[in-house]
Amino acid sequence: MGRLAWIRLGVIAGFIGLLEILCRGGAIGRLTMIPPSEMAAALVELIASGAVDDDIGRTLGSVAAAFTLAVVFGFVGGVALHAIPRLRRAADPLLATYYAVPFFVMIIATLNGLDRIPRVLDKVARTHRMRPLETALRLKLPAAAPYLFTGVKLAIAYSFIGVIASEFILAASGLGYQIAYAYNNFDNRTMYALMLFVLTLVTTINMALYVWERRLQRRRLGR
Amino acid sequence: MTVFHAELAGVARTYPGVAGHPAVHALGPVDLGLVRGEFFSVVGPSGCGKSTLLEVLAGLSPASTGTIVFEGAPVAGAVPDGIGVVFQEDASFPWLSVWDNVAFGLRRAGIEPGETERRVREAIAFMGLKDFAHAYPAQLSGGMRQRVCIARTLVLRPRLILLDEPFGALDAQTRLLMGDELLRLWRETGATVLLITHALDEAAMLSDRVGAMSARPGRFIDIVETGWPRERDSRIVAQSGFGKITGRLWTSLREESLKALGHAHGAAAG
Ligand SMILES: Nc1ncnc2c1ncn2[C@@H]1O[C@H](COP(=O)(O)OP(=O)(O)O)[C@@H](O)[C@H]1O
Ligand SMILES: [Mg+2]
Repeated sequence: MGRLAWIRLGVIAGFIGLLEILCRGGAIGRLTMIPPSEMAAALVELIASGAVDDDIGRTLGSVAAAFTLAVVFGFVGGVALHAIPRLRRAADPLLATYYAVPFFVMIIATLNGLDRIPRVLDKVARTHRMRPLETALRLKLPAAAPYLFTGVKLAIAYSFIGVIASEFILAASGLGYQIAYAYNNFDNRTMYALMLFVLTLVTTINMALYVWERRLQRRRLGR
Repeated sequence: MTVFHAELAGVARTYPGVAGHPAVHALGPVDLGLVRGEFFSVVGPSGCGKSTLLEVLAGLSPASTGTIVFEGAPVAGAVPDGIGVVFQEDASFPWLSVWDNVAFGLRRAGIEPGETERRVREAIAFMGLKDFAHAYPAQLSGGMRQRVCIARTLVLRPRLILLDEPFGALDAQTRLLMGDELLRLWRETGATVLLITHALDEAAMLSDRVGAMSARPGRFIDIVETGWPRERDSRIVAQSGFGKITGRLWTSLREESLKALGHAHGAAAG
């Protein structure tokens, strides 16, 4: 790990330590927040009891479905809008308004990537007598890949937010529902345990993607 | 009558007007015959239609009038087999290593791996990229990326090589040295070369013939035969005949360059 990573870790650890002291010292009341160490303990208990297995499964299933649909249709939509400028102009206000929806995030990333493909690649393709499909797969896709990757990362994050937020209000199961249920019943242990679970999961996924992306693109970016 | 390796007859190109922009008459009409194995350079003021000429000759851009013939067959709508193009812009593939960039065309063509490796190794060594075979374009200078593109074209053994200001970004001394490499490439491959450049000395030193173009729409206003021996290198810039050639080119181009700058006919004192 680099120096910066250690500093980052240190800041987070310090912040958690401070919360722990404030909670235990009574500066933050138990009805507002429980100490981080208790959140962790509650999470371990909750997972071990198996009480939320179904909810975890349901939420992750929904996130996976939302993410897959967003990436597939977002990519296809982006390609279509790029090919039909008239349609793109019409869709522009929509994209600007709903940019936090995973599907739209992926459309925007795709458009971004396609816009930045150097025009000369088309000429290179033609000097190699490549057909349009081969040009798209062999030249345009890799040229746009860094932007598509950004879209994929954002689509995952927004899928989690979208699914859990809608479970708060619209569902009778799932992590979002359980968090809201615990909240309404003043069950702070369960509520914070579940929030910690979601936070840890999303952070882990994001870090894994970040590492993967760096590995893919390090050489290409000249680092 | 000579049978030319490539020939343009009455070729003009007008870019059609798009979305409120007026149509642009960029080129010609021009007549030009390239003799097999010759080194021909095109010089002219910027925006006069040099790149357009190259694209039309390669079959990348349609001629509005006239005909183009390469190796006896008309060129229209597609780039014929046997023509290799190096573009003005950086066209290296940033996601591939230098080696994979150069091997690109051979792998597509299904050339046997042993042969591919041999040819790629040779082209990389020839272009002085041996120590960078596993580097990526982002790690190279602009001039080296351009060499990657030349190597990528070279491995396919084109019989007509079109180069559009390939050393545009380099300083004058490096350009002369790259010119030496280009001459070596030309001699060893026996290919016909058409080089577009804005540097008169580069054109005068490298070429068998130099075509000087007018301001847009570009036409040939002079074609200078240099009379250099086939075995030559950048040291000929010191010969007395060299100054004569660049002098004649500049005489032809001065007025045209002023026009391209937006001045009236020879407006500056002269
Ligand atoms: N795709 C295009 N559409 C419209 N005009 C173009 C296009 N490409 C080039 N032109 C115009 O044609 C003229 C010649 O361009 P070009 O052949 O690139 O000149 P050069 O290579 O000599 O600098 C310029 O005025 C340029 O603006
Ligand atoms: Mg040009």
